[in-house]
Amino acid sequence: MFEQWNGFVTGKWQDEINVRDFIQLNYTPYEGDESFLCGPTERTKALNEKFEARLATELSRGGVYSIDTETVTGLTAFAPGYLDKDNEIIVGLQTDKALRRAVNPFGGLNMTRKACEAYGYHLSHKVENEFQYRTTHNDGVFSVYSKDIRKARHTGIITGLPDAYGRGRIIGDYRRVALYGVDRLIAEKMKDKNAIADADVSQDDIRNIEELYWQLKSLNELKEMASSYGYDISEPAKDSKEAVQWLYFGYLGAIKEQNGAAMSLGRTSTFLDIYFERDLKNGVYTESEIQEFIDDFVMKLRMARHLRTPEYNDLFAGDPMWITESIGGMGEDGRTLVTKNSFRILNTLYNLNPSAEPNLTVLWSQRLPKCFKRFAAKVSCDTDSIQYENDDVMRPIYGDDYAIACCVSAMRVGKDMQFFGARANLVKLLLMSLNGGRDEKSGEQVAPAGNRFDGEYLDYDTVLKLMDEYRPWLAKTYVKAMNMIHFMHDKYAYEKIQMALHDTTVHRYMAFGIAGLSVLADSLSAIKHAKVKVVRDETGLITDYEVEGEFPKYGNDDDRADLIAKEQVEKFYNELKKIPTYRDAEHTLSILTITSNVVYGKKTGNTPDGRRLGEPFAPGANPMHGRDCCGALASLNSVAKLSYDVCKDGISNTFCIVPSALGNSDEDRYANLCSIIDGYFGQKAQHINVNVFHREMLLDAVAHPEKYPNLTIRVSGYAVNFHKLSKAQQDEVIARTFHNEM
Amino acid sequence: MQKNIKGFIHSFNSLGAVDGPGIRYIVFMQGCPYRCPYCHNPDTRAFSGGIPYSPIDVVEKAVKYRSYFGETGGVTVSGGEPLCQGEFVAELFKLLHNRGINTCLDTAGVKPDNVIARVLDHTDTVLCDIKFPTEEMYLKRVGGSLNSTLEFLRLCNEKGVKVIIRHVVVPGMTDSEESILAIKELLRDIEYERIELLPFRKLCQQKYDKLGMEFPLKDTPECTKATISNLNKLL
Repeated sequence: MFEQWNGFVTGKWQDEINVRDFIQLNYTPYEGDESFLCGPTERTKALNEKFEARLATELSRGGVYSIDTETVTGLTAFAPGYLDKDNEIIVGLQTDKALRRAVNPFGGLNMTRKACEAYGYHLSHKVENEFQYRTTHNDGVFSVYSKDIRKARHTGIITGLPDAYGRGRIIGDYRRVALYGVDRLIAEKMKDKNAIADADVSQDDIRNIEELYWQLKSLNELKEMASSYGYDISEPAKDSKEAVQWLYFGYLGAIKEQNGAAMSLGRTSTFLDIYFERDLKNGVYTESEIQEFIDDFVMKLRMARHLRTPEYNDLFAGDPMWITESIGGMGEDGRTLVTKNSFRILNTLYNLNPSAEPNLTVLWSQRLPKCFKRFAAKVSCDTDSIQYENDDVMRPIYGDDYAIACCVSAMRVGKDMQFFGARANLVKLLLMSLNGGRDEKSGEQVAPAGNRFDGEYLDYDTVLKLMDEYRPWLAKTYVKAMNMIHFMHDKYAYEKIQMALHDTTVHRYMAFGIAGLSVLADSLSAIKHAKVKVVRDETGLITDYEVEGEFPKYGNDDDRADLIAKEQVEKFYNELKKIPTYRDAEHTLSILTITSNVVYGKKTGNTPDGRRLGEPFAPGANPMHGRDCCGALASLNSVAKLSYDVCKDGISNTFCIVPSALGNSDEDRYANLCSIIDGYFGQKAQHINVNVFHREMLLDAVAHPEKYPNLTIRVSGYAVNFHKLSKAQQDEVIARTFHNEM
Repeated sequence: MQKNIKGFIHSFNSLGAVDGPGIRYIVFMQGCPYRCPYCHNPDTRAFSGGIPYSPIDVVEKAVKYRSYFGETGGVTVSGGEPLCQGEFVAELFKLLHNRGINTCLDTAGVKPDNVIARVLDHTDTVLCDIKFPTEEMYLKRVGGSLNSTLEFLRLCNEKGVKVIIRHVVVPGMTDSEESILAIKELLRDIEYERIELLPFRKLCQQKYDKLGMEFPLKDTPECTKATISNLNKLL
């Protein structure tokens, strides 16, 4: 046994890689309040000021501090970097300088070139030359894409496919580095590799063996990377500080290697608390020192950057990394997984000021300790920086050691991975179905020509039948594109270090998505409950609609509209499931748009609900702005009707309420926010982003950005610094429904 | 009791977080006999209009929000003046109590009678507005009676209903220390949980514009937080 494990309760976690077993045997649930928390030390404050000055420089340079165009990123590509070497407790940067971005052309060379140029740089000849002899993920995908996929992409019926950048959404179990040390992980992977290689090998086995080869190589590189910072991580971490440092090295390795859209952290705070409790008990560190480790760790996470193109930023605004940390939740044995460290990580929003990253996600259960619920609600009211996800609907599916990737995608840590895949625009599916497979904006034949709507007034049953005819085409095209993308990603941009921190046999999800749900539901409701006359152009293309009469709208707890939304989601999911996936991944679906709801809207013509060409959609599963007019809870009830069973990749809802509508006093507001979340999640809803502020404040922030440097708001599954949004995105956020007093 | 009673309702709001304890489903009744100068729901004044609902219809709407009520929340009936439709409210509250749902009445008080007594039999909390400290000002500014309201509050006490007093602080009209102390004095023999001072605000201006009505206090400034916290020291 390692001496670093002294004082831990022994169990099967010592004989096998099993972090959950270690947590369950060793953690200390905490039911108390936040009064034990410490503020920032002088060192933390000084370092954070230095960091904030660097952030200001980054913003003043158009959002990118600098780019190293000469060095292709990798675990050992850069010399060690520091923000302030003498004053950092937790060390390690992606490049040699804080906020300096590396180039990562493995996803696609052209994307890397464009990203450099967007910020006034040129990709070096050195890198251009190196990649002349290499196939990128993007090259691979475009060498096999079919005509229909290309058409679906450029008309925007499928948008945001990860075919030119890292797919992300994979969470390495970074805790393993701290608990076991890298040598033990290498030994286990070696065992797995030999076991496969020594038997008769199939094609799949050969791929597995090669992947294990890469995993082993990257584990060795991880040790080398740590050693350049003066640490030997071959053995387990011996105390609190090392546990944080080892874990962070694991994560740092991942973000040096991969530029995935979402690079989530996992569920680390309760794990770390075990080390903290041991050291507090033995008098090794004080509470203030431990908060300092967490503050320093979080500051490092806030320094993580990837180089993106402006087009990418349109879809995923604000330079997000989705460093999602899942906090709290309940254990399968009924004990809460809330620990003191669940409080400490939220406390960083006070100690270091509010921030979009890491993406702090509270796994909420009706049974969470009352003091923790109240504290989380207080943090929401004060900082608008956290989101909530329903542990009571996820725990029965994933157990009690899952984490959220990106915004709303649950996965068992180290045991599940996913093939991320953007989203299909179901509003365009409706419009295309009416037009016989033609795009409503350009008139181009996109889907194979079939039946179209020939009448004058849209008839609900006919419209549904037409959608049934075109939906299989969309589903088939979408699954095909995803299969190609992930085949090529595995081949040319495999996540070596992240997969090294998974079990060798993993369960795979293929995560599809939909956009425009509220516009689709309202359009179909208009067709069903009002009279909708079509307007055609000279080529016979339906380009506009005239609505006569009133119709129920999604977001008012009215089944006549809400059940249309629910039904359309189920139909699309069932259609996707019919098409087999690469590596037998399990089909899942999300209703989540990030900030792409603006782009999706731009690419979509007039709709039968009265929405005009180009107008943004509502984000995620939100009702359309201003159409939910029966109060906040009616709006939440509508979203709660969507079934998580068919949307296991998540259902995102973003909620804005003005402080005075949430309660008369601070304590009332905290209590009422807890009741709202309990009530919403009590109906099996999955996710809620909470914003508590006035529209006027956002308008003031547009006019006087200098007054609100840290203004953080929740958008769709993540938080963003308001000033990093484009003008169009800011306008869309301002136009959202703010639940107000009557 | 009348069978098939209907209530005339102006609107509903699924989230009330400032009108009674916890999270409330709010029912705004149509019709109000008073004419408070700072009225923020002028659209609920007229006794014509409103949509008729039976008590059970309203219960069915409210129970959809039960999961949000927790231990303290429930249904608040506001308006308009809900006690002008006392029969309906009595029946609604009885049905809500049968389902174990907490009830709250947001009222300015009316002269109590048998119907009002039946409403209070099934009322958990009364939010009662005291508008001015004297009968004369009530008559002149509101068109109501302070004495009736005080009589109503005594009945609330008799029935053991929890009472919260509310009072709108209007700059230049009801924001003096004397005025607040006078109201406190009026209530010396009434049991109540607390007095909530509500700052006068002009969010309702749009409603007046829409109705083509003149907002009597359109030139009065909003009440500041500082005023409220100063006056709160007197309570």
